[in-house]
Amino acid sequence: MTRNENNAADETPRQEHPTKVGRVKQLSVKNWFKSGLPWIWMTGAGVSIAVIMTVGLLSLIAVKGLAHFWPANVVVSEYTVPGEAPRMIAGELVESEQVPRARLASAGLPVNVDGGEFMTRELLKIGNREFYPADFSWVVGEWMGEQTLPPELMVMERREWGNFYGYLVDVREGDRVVAQGDQAWPELVERVERVTDLYEELRRLQRVDIGAINYGLEQLRLKTRGLELDNELDAAAQADIEAERAEFNERYKGLEARLGELNQQVNRDYATIRTVDGHEERLQLSHVVRAFRPNAMSVTEKLGHYFEKIGEFVGDEPREANTEGGIFPAIFGTIMMTLIMAVIVTPFGVLAAIYLREYAKQGAMTRIIRIAVNNLAGVPAIVYGVFGLGFFVYVLGGSIDRLFYPEAFPAPTFGTPGLLWASLTLAILAVPVVIVATEEGLARIPRALREGSLALGATKAETLWRVVLPMASPAMMTGLILAVARAAGEVAPLMLVGVVKLAPTLPLNGNYPYLHLDQKIMHLGFHIFDVGFQSPNVEAARPLVYATALLLVLVIALLNLSAVFIRNHLREKYKALDH
Amino acid sequence: MNDLANDTMTASSAGGSQQIDFNTPALRRKRRIRAFKDRMTRWYVSIGGLAVLGAITLIFFYLAHVVMPVFQGASIEAGEPVQPAWIKEEGRPLMLSVEEQNTVGMRLNDAGALQFFDVKTGDAMNRIQLPIPEGAQIASTGEGEPGSRQAVLGLSNGQAVVFQVDYRITYPNDVKTITPQVSYPYGEAPIEVDPQGRPLEHVAVSVGSSELTLVGSNNRELSAIRVTSEQNLITGETTLEEERLKLPQISDTIKAIVVDPRQTWLYVVNGRASADVFDLRRGELNGRYPLLDGKAEVTSVHPLLGGISLMIGSSTGNISQWFMVRDPDGAAKLTHIRGFQLGNSAITQIIPEQRRKGFIALNQNGLLGIFHSTAERTLLTEQVMNGPTMGALSPRSDVLLVESNNALRTIAIDNPHPEISMSSLWGKVWYENYGEPQYVWQSTSANTDFEPKLSLAPLTFGTLKAAFYAMILAAPLAICAAIYTAYFMAPAMRRKVKPVIELMEALPTVILGFFAGLFLAPYLEGHLPGVFSLLLLTPIGVLLFAFIWSRLPERVRLAVPDGWEAALLVPVILVIGYGSLYMSGYLENWFFGGNMRAFLTDAGIDFDQRNALVVGIAMGFAVIPNIFSIAEDAVFSVPKSLTFGSLALGATPWQTLTRVVILTASPGIFSALMIGMGRAVGETMIVLMATGNTPIMDANIFEGMRTLAANVAVEMPESEVGSTHYRILFLAALVLLSFTFIMNTLAEIIRTRLRKKYASL
Repeated sequence: MTRNENNAADETPRQEHPTKVGRVKQLSVKNWFKSGLPWIWMTGAGVSIAVIMTVGLLSLIAVKGLAHFWPANVVVSEYTVPGEAPRMIAGELVESEQVPRARLASAGLPVNVDGGEFMTRELLKIGNREFYPADFSWVVGEWMGEQTLPPELMVMERREWGNFYGYLVDVREGDRVVAQGDQAWPELVERVERVTDLYEELRRLQRVDIGAINYGLEQLRLKTRGLELDNELDAAAQADIEAERAEFNERYKGLEARLGELNQQVNRDYATIRTVDGHEERLQLSHVVRAFRPNAMSVTEKLGHYFEKIGEFVGDEPREANTEGGIFPAIFGTIMMTLIMAVIVTPFGVLAAIYLREYAKQGAMTRIIRIAVNNLAGVPAIVYGVFGLGFFVYVLGGSIDRLFYPEAFPAPTFGTPGLLWASLTLAILAVPVVIVATEEGLARIPRALREGSLALGATKAETLWRVVLPMASPAMMTGLILAVARAAGEVAPLMLVGVVKLAPTLPLNGNYPYLHLDQKIMHLGFHIFDVGFQSPNVEAARPLVYATALLLVLVIALLNLSAVFIRNHLREKYKALDH
Repeated sequence: MNDLANDTMTASSAGGSQQIDFNTPALRRKRRIRAFKDRMTRWYVSIGGLAVLGAITLIFFYLAHVVMPVFQGASIEAGEPVQPAWIKEEGRPLMLSVEEQNTVGMRLNDAGALQFFDVKTGDAMNRIQLPIPEGAQIASTGEGEPGSRQAVLGLSNGQAVVFQVDYRITYPNDVKTITPQVSYPYGEAPIEVDPQGRPLEHVAVSVGSSELTLVGSNNRELSAIRVTSEQNLITGETTLEEERLKLPQISDTIKAIVVDPRQTWLYVVNGRASADVFDLRRGELNGRYPLLDGKAEVTSVHPLLGGISLMIGSSTGNISQWFMVRDPDGAAKLTHIRGFQLGNSAITQIIPEQRRKGFIALNQNGLLGIFHSTAERTLLTEQVMNGPTMGALSPRSDVLLVESNNALRTIAIDNPHPEISMSSLWGKVWYENYGEPQYVWQSTSANTDFEPKLSLAPLTFGTLKAAFYAMILAAPLAICAAIYTAYFMAPAMRRKVKPVIELMEALPTVILGFFAGLFLAPYLEGHLPGVFSLLLLTPIGVLLFAFIWSRLPERVRLAVPDGWEAALLVPVILVIGYGSLYMSGYLENWFFGGNMRAFLTDAGIDFDQRNALVVGIAMGFAVIPNIFSIAEDAVFSVPKSLTFGSLALGATPWQTLTRVVILTASPGIFSALMIGMGRAVGETMIVLMATGNTPIMDANIFEGMRTLAANVAVEMPESEVGSTHYRILFLAALVLLSFTFIMNTLAEIIRTRLRKKYASL
């Protein structure tokens, strides 16, 4: 028998619930306690709490994660701290809470302690990092004056330095004013669009084209060094390399002109913005990602903006130390890593399971092995990380470097954490899951089928290949999905074997050999850890962390639910065969 | 199995008239191929399967393999003695040393000449004469801080010469050349220590970047001088200023003097075995301390790396470590810390390592001992030479150069990990600058003379603390839920609840950790009274609701079928939760002066925002589904014949549950708890994100902790491969692996036995 009777038990029809005694007449309090009914309720409370906790956590993450992309209205109000001159503030309301006065007073605010029990404390996102020390500011609700939502108030999302809030004064080309007053806004929208396109082109040029040249030059350097080490660097080889290098330099010259031109065009436009408290600031439009006026937007416009932001989140690269922009490299890295892991883990896990179930002599030894494999699934993930770092990275990777990459020495190629090692470590971590699931699937296949096949003259290998494995394939699939789900959510071992906060390039790109197994990758789970805990601006990063968490939860929930579905489906199928 | 290859098949046709020949060559060949394929598959699967299983077990052996060297002792390999020609005319050696690369040695003779030589061959290299005034002889020598390459010569005219040896590495013609040089950090002119010009029988020096303290002694008289150098910022000239320190006379003959590198303490070892300690800053006697019991005499004194500890060697082979310890009132006292033993005869020389808190001792019979102070470990004792020996240790502590009877000899030392012993890993250790022995984990520091504090005790304590608080929350909840789900819950509801719990199990811990650290921790800090009232009110509220429910008219009660109580409770618990958290602020105002955190701190309870309570809740969340699914399995598999029997005899469902079901399932529930515990112990991300990761030993629920797993995650990336620290982190991983493996195996065995029992019922 396998260990998972639990699930088998699901199938057996449940016996009727034991009827409770004495439900018809009312019990005295003492008898009520004696009957044990209250304790049944108490055990019931355990289930309720567990369910509430799970659903509550998921909804909290969903709400906080999804709300982030909604363009919130920007509130403008007069703010008067007692004993100070009133000033105007503008910002998005992020959070609001009731706080005992004493706590505010002990935080050093000039609060009149006797005024009542609580005060409202509101968190505003005020942006404008040029003028304020932080993006976010706690204000006391009672000290705010009347709140207005001026429709012409503008929000500018910038590539650096966070949001800017203010009124548009004019749009300029260099020092020449192009539009002013009411004409300024449409002009700005148009020019921001133009600059965004140019910026995109500029970035592509830098990243893809110039990146390829740099990569090529680096490969040439390594080639030269490799030939030098083998003492084969003769004049002919040197000339070849020089020619190639010259070609790269030539290509770079061509691109350089275009680069300079683009740079000039991108930096052409400016906008002058006046903040609510009267500062004027001239912003270069090349720094602007998008500008919008949330207070003037209709619900449809806001919805459009919302989905545009979600698109940016899923498909774009991070900005501002990962606290803004998208998480595409993290999604891509996670997928790449799990894919490679799945490719490694499936054949090996299945092979071990077939051996254990079909070929090994069933006895004390296989029982011990089975228990050991089961238990390995419960070993802390960090232990696998330590093993991966020590064995894969330093021992295996170090040897590979010495044997195949002497030209790169002392810079390590595979002797440093990277994609391949991360995948391998996760494979080792997930292989017990696959073994257990596959074995369970193999065990479920009725004996009659095997014996029928053997009786017809098929060899054992043929029976295995034609009868057993096809029937067990859904079980393998389940195991694989569970393994992928576990691997996708695991972070602790990855921190040691190849995941970084910001990887300069994707592990799969246009430079030969296209798939770079030695490269470090970004990962959704690590992204959550890093942005949430290592980021200099946690307040700004928080919504993004919620959104990332939501994405990760969705992926993993989906994987798990599909595994459950396949498993249940499978059981239905074999139940008929069993008898 | 079907052995096709050797079989010849015969078959008679069932109904047809034609005989089918199954043994045509083509069919035979095909059968052979099939048989071959079958065998190949068998081999392939067996080898492949075993290889995968072997690879998995490799983890354990690899971790053990990395950890192993930490517990091995030191080994030495003595080279052949060399007797270079020059050494015979040199006279007595006063000082020996080896430079960083182990190629150049230095020997100081009694005429004040430094002879440099090749360590391997003994061939002479250049020779530098130190500036000793006409007519004066060297009366004594003293060394600066270990690793500083500074030394002092005490002269017979009361003066002292302070010098420093440097080795310059150049690559003329691509050949590495090491040139020894001598510099004089406080001027080449001898410094007058004894104003009366008496010979300095003992001398000690401490060379700081701008301050030099020199102490000399003649008979029972001490004289000390402090030289301060000041650099003129404009001209770049340095001016030296001398200041004479007044010191009282010592009552006994002086044996050794030592000045600590901070130039605060002066240790004067005198008489048979006592030490007078002077406070140089205040210029007063700190105290007089007896160093040894019985008749033993002090024969050798040397500070350890960093100059805080003093190693005292005795005539009976005992070596003891002493340093100044401040008692709670702030008064410093020279205190005996720990002792070592090397043979039974007098210790002649104690040589500290220059990078670690280890040392080497030689006794008068030529017995060599390698020790480590913090780990309280004797790594090796071995006879290296006969008779008195003088030794010098290389900066990397891998070569010991010894001279005896005009013969030089190098001894290679392999001593990679002296810092670790069972006592330093698990016991209380008295570290330098600490008031008492303590459990401390502090693996790295900015300064080079740092004493690594590698006690796993605080980490293990933190691990168990986190697991304990998680289990306090998770165990009752999960077991209650499991019992209810398996025994009372309606099947329709069960089908809905189980996927939710499975989803709970699948949630990545990084999400729980981030939730705990970023949401829960600040929220709990702001709603502490509410959280505690929630813990208190939930059971009461549930009972109250159950009671009211039992009083409701039957029509209402019957509307909800049996086994749906949990669904009814969801709104109840939500209301209780909302109510208590809403009340939190009021409770805080009424009972805790509006700020519970300040209230707790005033009451002497330290409060961290990311504390054990937060970890307990988050990790409890992670552990609940693990315990739940196994416990539920155990309760659900209790044979129905038992429960029916009990019910038929008139027991209530609750009686049946407590007296029959739980008793039968208890081993299964126990194994569920063990698996939950194993999970809680190894959990990394939640602890990493939801605590401050400070390695403290305090069971306070409002303070954080650092666990073994989190420690590995934090420190592993910065750890140097192959270093002691690296291996200790591997040890932590190995401890985790073994612990969870044993827990899980035990749980699995219990479950297997339970299953057998059920099967027989």
